[in-house]
Amino acid sequence: MGGKVVTISSGKGGVGKTTATANLGISLASLGKRVVVIDADIGLRNLDVIMGLENRIVYDLVDIVEGRSKLRQAMIKHKKFADLFLIPAAQTRDKMAVSPEDMVKVTDELRQDFDYILIDSPAGIERGFRNALEPADEVLIVTNPEVSAVRDADRIIGLIEAADKGPGRLIINRLKTDLVKKGEMLSSDDVFDILGLTIIGIIPEDELVLSASNSGIPVTLNLQSKAGMAFNNVARRVIGEDVPFMNLDENRGIFQRLVRLLDGR
Amino acid sequence: MTNLLSRLFGRGKKGSGATAKDRLRFVLQHDRINLPPERMEEMKREILAVIVKYLVVDKDRVEIDLEQRDRSHSKLVAEIPVAINTPPSVSNSANQSAAAGANGANNSADKDRAADADGNEDAQTDDAVDADVDKETEDAPIEQRENGEETKDAKS
Repeated sequence: MGGKVVTISSGKGGVGKTTATANLGISLASLGKRVVVIDADIGLRNLDVIMGLENRIVYDLVDIVEGRSKLRQAMIKHKKFADLFLIPAAQTRDKMAVSPEDMVKVTDELRQDFDYILIDSPAGIERGFRNALEPADEVLIVTNPEVSAVRDADRIIGLIEAADKGPGRLIINRLKTDLVKKGEMLSSDDVFDILGLTIIGIIPEDELVLSASNSGIPVTLNLQSKAGMAFNNVARRVIGEDVPFMNLDENRGIFQRLVRLLDGR
Repeated sequence: MTNLLSRLFGRGKKGSGATAKDRLRFVLQHDRINLPPERMEEMKREILAVIVKYLVVDKDRVEIDLEQRDRSHSKLVAEIPVAINTPPSVSNSANQSAAAGANGANNSADKDRAADADGNEDAQTDDAVDADVDKETEDAPIEQRENGEETKDAKS
């Protein structure tokens, strides 16, 4: 069956699904994989701007499904990577314009020519999520170390398991190491205890992610960025490499430095 | 020094991260079985109401909790301490069960059993008497309370 379909999901909106999808796409491409990323968030498309490809769109996913465009015509090639493509979502339609069966059909065709097909799932648990889930071989669940995001992740995980697409793996996004140390934020261990899912990535909070989305150049292309490095590690784990988790502890806050200084450590 | 600074900056106490974890545990427990907390309490009260029709229960020590190993394995675990009249001898226990059987769910069964136990105290060893006495002092007020509540429940 060729390529593998990986769906990126979360339940709650705004936790970083699209950012994760874009960065995984870039990282997988930079690892030499042939990759397509599909924006399944019909009506609220965003993957194009995060990847800096918004001004090249001619056709979209709904055009493919409704036969106005050939699959290849709607695929937008990335500026930097010859083997990375985007299929954008339609902006003027809604989730009902595509069915889960449509998604299976499209991805089955893509599997023949690509190693990875990443699907950026919309938030929620309705049709859009069903569309993104149906063709998935694996699901990555993005969450933030925060009560509402983890709760929604749990709900989504239940639905993924019920659809026999489980167990899925977790990306904990926007972890603030200094807050975790102070006991003011859920740690990655806490999230693991609660959700009981394997963690495939821990992405530290990083201001460079905002700059990256401002400029349309995904953060993983910025070698200075810790979040970028963490996303790159996720991609390597996706392809089966055994990558140790980064030490997120190097950037000590002023407080810790002061304590260490005074303690003579 | 570290401690002083920590205390100065309000550390050492339980952070909001731990609160978040507790709250999540609670909310997910109910999400996963699709039973909101209030309904769960209602269910516990109903379960208990049925049990006290048949048994004398130490209500203060009753624990009915949901245990979750993971998302798909939940079980309701109940620990309901029951007041037991230790039968002092085989013949007496036979009498007692016969009496309880005859009276069925009738409240007078409690009185019969209490009388039975009292009457047999002489025949028991010291240890058994102690245990019995302890139990009696423990049981007596509970029985009264239970009966009081039962009549209240019946009215409502």
